[in-house]
Amino acid sequence: MSPATEAYRCPGCGYTYLTAQGAPHEGFAPGTPWSAIPENWACPDCAVREKPDFIAIPNSAQVVPGTP
Amino acid sequence: MSLQALSADGHTVTYTDRRRWLWSLSLAWPLMPVAACWLAVSSGQPAWFWATLVVWYVAVPVLDHLLPMDASNPPQEVMEQLDAERYYRVLTYLTVPIHYFTLLYTAYVVGTQNLPWHALLGLALSVGVVNGLAINTGHELGHKNTKLERWLAKIVLAVVGYGHFFIEHNRGHHVDVATPQDPASAKMGQSIYGFACSEIPGAIRRAWASEKTRLARCGKGPWTLANEVLQPLLITLVLYAGLLYALGWVIVPFLFLQAFWGWFGILTSANYIEHYGLLRQKLENGRYERCQPHHSWNSNHVMSNVILFNLQRHSDHHAFPMRRYQSLCSFQKLPELPSGYPLMFGIALIPPLWFALMDPRVVAWADGDMTKLNVLPAMRDQLVRRYARDRAATA
Repeated sequence: MSPATEAYRCPGCGYTYLTAQGAPHEGFAPGTPWSAIPENWACPDCAVREKPDFIAIPNSAQVVPGTP
Repeated sequence: MSLQALSADGHTVTYTDRRRWLWSLSLAWPLMPVAACWLAVSSGQPAWFWATLVVWYVAVPVLDHLLPMDASNPPQEVMEQLDAERYYRVLTYLTVPIHYFTLLYTAYVVGTQNLPWHALLGLALSVGVVNGLAINTGHELGHKNTKLERWLAKIVLAVVGYGHFFIEHNRGHHVDVATPQDPASAKMGQSIYGFACSEIPGAIRRAWASEKTRLARCGKGPWTLANEVLQPLLITLVLYAGLLYALGWVIVPFLFLQAFWGWFGILTSANYIEHYGLLRQKLENGRYERCQPHHSWNSNHVMSNVILFNLQRHSDHHAFPMRRYQSLCSFQKLPELPSGYPLMFGIALIPPLWFALMDPRVVAWADGDMTKLNVLPAMRDQLVRRYARDRAATA
């Protein structure tokens, strides 16, 4: 998987971080790789799961960022 | 109105929310001090200014104990539909302007009626109670991820000058809940007064630090309009300065007292009772275990749950912080408060009574193992000795 198509999902609320979109409100510009996200970063939507809890999603090309 | 869905085995599941119309009372609670003003002025009887406090601290607890407890849950199959129903969320939106109306109207009464001190005190504390409900509405809205709801949360929190809660609660309390690091989770042996001294400044500090970190990642310093702690604070400053300009200095003690009671009398009190003594265990990797249902105190008392958007179903709220109030569930075998929040807030104000009522419940919950509890370090030895003795005496 190229870094540009990485996708990670919060197992609590379903929020999805997509590298191509980043999370600008959180200060992660589009293209920020997952490895650059701090370990103690909490899900911006539910705040009860942190980066180590997030689950990598394969075939991330079709994934929609944000919370479903 | 009922909802229907298909179960996994093909049955049709029908659910009617018995509380559906009761939730519309949310629009009436914030108006209680307005009604009280009207009754007091038209009857010439200043005792009416205390009516909201009587409703909150006396009538609601009485109804809580007269009405049967409601532990019913919507079936899993309809949860998604119930969560999506617009009716419930529109009620939370509509309470926002009502809170502003109540503050402006009661401030006008204070500014124009030359009230005696006891009437002013009763009215200010009453507005404090309903502005505590404004924090509760801000809490419900602030957990959502739509732009509209997040802005409404900041706007309604600004009415009582507690806008930093929008950041602090989600990014601070929900992350650290039921750990010694959380200033918004009370330790066993800690009185509400000691708790308030760390909870109130701790909330401001943590909100500011969290926004500062986020804004630094965005390449900005903290002194910017993008700062979500400053945004609601500016609304509060404009609102309160406007009231001061329009009504004069007579408004200052009123504004101070209502904000104090909204902060301390309702919000600090809620934080104090919601996780008192409960502790998440530290795992081998140095992180705390996930917040589990047994890390919150709950109550299924009907009247107080209707006033508080089901906040007392607190375990489910911490498990699913974004779940809307109408869908919050109750579970069996969880830490249960002996009464709803309003009475528990009153009891918390009298620490010996609070300790006598709650400490045995906390200890019983950990099956006597004090290492599994969040205990005030200065009180640990004394409490361990005391409860070891109590258990020996009853063994």
